[in-house]
Amino acid sequence: MALIDFANPSRFLRLANATIPWLSGVCVLAFAFGIDQAMVAPDDYQQGATVKIMFLHVPSAWLGMLGWGVMTVAALGTLVWRHPLADVTAKAAAPIGAAFTLLCLVTGSLWGRPEWGTYWVWDARLTSELILLLLYLGVIALWHTVDDPSRAARAAAILTLVGAIDLPIIKFSVDWWNTLHQGASVFRLGGSTIYSTILIPLLVMTGAFTLLFATLLLAAMRNEILRRRVRTLHLLQASAAS
Amino acid sequence: METTAHINFIAASYCAAAIIIGVLIAWVTLDYRAQRRTLAELELQGLTRGAGSARSAPTTDPATEAAKEQA
Repeated sequence: MALIDFANPSRFLRLANATIPWLSGVCVLAFAFGIDQAMVAPDDYQQGATVKIMFLHVPSAWLGMLGWGVMTVAALGTLVWRHPLADVTAKAAAPIGAAFTLLCLVTGSLWGRPEWGTYWVWDARLTSELILLLLYLGVIALWHTVDDPSRAARAAAILTLVGAIDLPIIKFSVDWWNTLHQGASVFRLGGSTIYSTILIPLLVMTGAFTLLFATLLLAAMRNEILRRRVRTLHLLQASAAS
Repeated sequence: METTAHINFIAASYCAAAIIIGVLIAWVTLDYRAQRRTLAELELQGLTRGAGSARSAPTTDPATEAAKEQA
């Protein structure tokens, strides 16, 4: 089955209806396993028990960026290929990505207070992450401001492509500038600097969070397709009444 | 460093995660129910996606047209 076959919303709905219950079940199991692993993971020799915040902070940071990445691909789908599900994907991904970015900032602040002595500092990594949250809020506002979905999709797609510049800035901010935030420690040349007893729970939690993201995205896309059907029927109703 | 030294920060982080993820799940679930309910009400009124011809829709919105044809 080619990718274009999923362009049919009815086919996508059937696929989503069949997939979401299974994904939800696997997601619950993954979280149960991940939280168990996180709770029994040893304390860090420097940070102590606060390292347990990492099991939430790192996955939510990853998903905040993944969300914008998904929206960027969808924006290309809207502007270049005019794929019927591209703007549905972009609109559905925005609130989910925003929520994970917010969670990243909140957990980061709560981790920063005991480790750095402050909840917030205008450091390059923190600031670029905050900019990502503001970009998400801007895209969400744009979707709600423009009444015509296809026009809103094009405007949101342009803003998304411009905002994608923030992704490499977030990733490499700790290399380009002297930041309070630590450098890369999981995905880096030369391998991870985290010991396996902490790295494995982190990877399990990242997998669980990613499954949750996929489940929520599918469900939100299904809702958006239904919302467009409701809109179509309302237009038909208005047409019949006039 | 003792586990209990910063337990408030750890607990607050996990509570924040539970709240934000809970709100996301609730939003998606309630929105789904609302859209299904609205669709059912419209169909009870005799409006179905096949009921109106493409000519009768007062729009030139290609997304709406595409959604209508493909629905």
